[in-house]
Amino acid sequence: MVDQAQKYYVPEPSRYPIFGSIALLLMASGAVMWMNNVGAGKAVLAAGVLVLIYMLFGWFGAVIRENESGKYNKRVDTSFRWSMSWFIFSEVMFFAAFFGALFYARAISVPDLGSLEHRQLLWPNFAPRWPESVAPGGMDPFQPMEAWGIPAINTLILLTSGATLTWAHWGLIANRRGQLKLGLVLTILLGVLFLGLQAYEYVHAYTEMNLKLSTGIYGSTFFMLTGFHGLHVTIGATMLIVILGRVLRGHFKPEDHFGFEAVAWYWHFVDVVWLMLFVVVYWL
Amino acid sequence: MEATHVHGAEHAHEHHPSGIMRWITTTNHKDIGTLYLWFSLIMFFTGGVMALVIRAELFQPGLQVTEPEFYNQLVTMHGLVMVFGAIMPAFVGFANWQIPLMIGAPDMAFARMNNWSFWLLPPAALLLIGSFFVPGGATAAGWTLYAPLSVQMGVGMDMAIFAVHIMGISSIMGAINIITTVLNMRAPGMTLMKMPLFCWTWLITAYLLIAVMPVLAGAVTMILTDRHFGTHFFNAAYGGDPIIYQHVFWFFGHPEVYIMILPAFGIVSQVIPTFARKPLFGYASMVYATASIAILSFIVWAHHMFVTGMPVAGQLYFMYATMLIAVPTGVKVFNWVATMFKGSMTFETPMLWATGFIFVFTMGGFTGLMLAIAPLDIQLQETYYVVAHFHYVLVAGSLFALFAGTYYWLPKWTGHMYDEKLGKWHFWLSMISFNVAFFPQHFLGLAGMPRRMPDYALQFANFNEVSTIGAMVFGFSQLILLWVVLKAIRGGEKAPAKVWEGAEGLEWTVPSPAPHHTFEEPPVVK
Repeated sequence: MVDQAQKYYVPEPSRYPIFGSIALLLMASGAVMWMNNVGAGKAVLAAGVLVLIYMLFGWFGAVIRENESGKYNKRVDTSFRWSMSWFIFSEVMFFAAFFGALFYARAISVPDLGSLEHRQLLWPNFAPRWPESVAPGGMDPFQPMEAWGIPAINTLILLTSGATLTWAHWGLIANRRGQLKLGLVLTILLGVLFLGLQAYEYVHAYTEMNLKLSTGIYGSTFFMLTGFHGLHVTIGATMLIVILGRVLRGHFKPEDHFGFEAVAWYWHFVDVVWLMLFVVVYWL
Repeated sequence: MEATHVHGAEHAHEHHPSGIMRWITTTNHKDIGTLYLWFSLIMFFTGGVMALVIRAELFQPGLQVTEPEFYNQLVTMHGLVMVFGAIMPAFVGFANWQIPLMIGAPDMAFARMNNWSFWLLPPAALLLIGSFFVPGGATAAGWTLYAPLSVQMGVGMDMAIFAVHIMGISSIMGAINIITTVLNMRAPGMTLMKMPLFCWTWLITAYLLIAVMPVLAGAVTMILTDRHFGTHFFNAAYGGDPIIYQHVFWFFGHPEVYIMILPAFGIVSQVIPTFARKPLFGYASMVYATASIAILSFIVWAHHMFVTGMPVAGQLYFMYATMLIAVPTGVKVFNWVATMFKGSMTFETPMLWATGFIFVFTMGGFTGLMLAIAPLDIQLQETYYVVAHFHYVLVAGSLFALFAGTYYWLPKWTGHMYDEKLGKWHFWLSMISFNVAFFPQHFLGLAGMPRRMPDYALQFANFNEVSTIGAMVFGFSQLILLWVVLKAIRGGEKAPAKVWEGAEGLEWTVPSPAPHHTFEEPPVVK
């Protein structure tokens, strides 16, 4: 059995991946149907989401059980570390595509729409100015999002949540479980508060500021970037809740708690993306 | 399913599902590699049929076989199916089979995720191929899915977008798995600079995948929201710009072409030393050249966009940066030639493919250099010259290397020698017909024949006839491969552990066929 512990754990055949594939097929077909008003698209999409949730519960549950029963050695732990960092890198690149679109629009395409050529050939009266005036084809007036209201508060909230999470981590390392639990609860609450304020901001934008997804390239980049960020905060908060549940069940040891660390990395990544957003989407 | 009890390796193999469930639930890298390879072969024939319909239409001027709209769908789907369905999964299949064997690992680092990476592909293929049968048919915007055309199309476009998303998820998970396996699962003594070059090229390719597949996902997401949710990324009247799509797409697209060629370099770098019976010349320089190509691939993307409009300074930058890639690629070609220099060479089928690869791939590389020259590219953009160029690098490059690898490792996978005579027929028929099919397309392009058109002016008729004949022979020659593979699976001369006299590496220390589980005790590499 000593030898066994040195071995790299290779899991038994598993039925979870195929459920994941079925889930994504259902979700994709459902979404296609829904977007094109064919049949019961929403129902198919919802069915896909349910299968995905079943798969995530089963799969992560299996991983947690395997971990708790001591099947993972140091090497498996290293594998998790490599994979989580590169997964986060792939997420960074996903955001990079949208930041790239924003930079291109602000630095090149919108100024160019007011160039002499465009004035002569297409839109004689267009004077580009980010973000108020970006649409030469004309658009309902709207009010751009201010940086120094809710967004600044949200920045403080997310930065604080990063600190509380690190404080929880210190508690875990020092085996002060109370501090760990309190830190996690605070982090989750701050995350939820952030999401609430973000939702409030969206409602405000739609109802009072006439700022919508369709408000030219400004509205498109604003809502897509902050929307995908919000989605990632939701995922991060969900993962934190799972971690809290595991902490309450007595999981994680001071010297072995990569599940916690992975979620903490993810949370800090979400934090950093927000700082980028705050600077280039809201402020500048 | 998830056994919670700890059990020894000796009875770990017993309660495995059998039949179809074995393949659906498998966590074995060899099973998953086999699945990948069969999937890519099916997609290769699917995309191949589309290519033959395209060539049939082009046999004569005028419209004979297809409607123009359907022709555009075929061109688009041929590209998407071959790139995402055939070439990329085939290389991942090789990675699955070979990387653990080559570095002395018991399996891939994440065996269950490995299964999911594969099993995401059939749903994606279903969406992609299924889009032919929905109202409006498949997407016809070209494999690049350029906006604004892609913003306007029907249901098939949405299906293609989601197929790309799902294949992207699969690729990212596969890449993370490969990186983790290579960095963390090597046997004791297998240092990075001792690693077979195939593993090196895949490590670097995996980084490319992780860096650019999410960018593609972002690009097609923008199309999706422009189509259905009222965003205006690609609408100039609202401050967007269709060129944003081109930039974001080619930031993915250029590394993507190296994703499809670097593992091919890796396979060729395994095959040539074996049949030259000499170690690979300039191993370290090969590693650095691979890394250089990968890094350069991120800063050259706009050479695909010389005619969409950019400042002269931009054209010059992208032109010179692109030409720079010829340097590390040249290092590779010269190293392969130097490996063969004064070697005691024999030309079994894998070596035929590998040497054939060097000839024809290098020609594709040269036409690539010509296309990199901005003033020339402005003439050649969207002509058959481009079609000839990328088929020389993708068919004669990636695909020929895949064939080399298939013949090279098939005895290890099946336990039987393949039929050498059939293999040689496959090679010579393919090699000759490939050139008959695609070499005339250079002339067509230089003469100005536009690509993605079902009809053409009369003066292009002769070269098109020749090209179609070549393509038909090439297409049907591939059935020989299927025959060879099936024959080797069913029987044939028993293959020894070390199939090739000059072969080096851990995969040749295990029996042929490789047992279901290998290197459960890591070997020690001196």
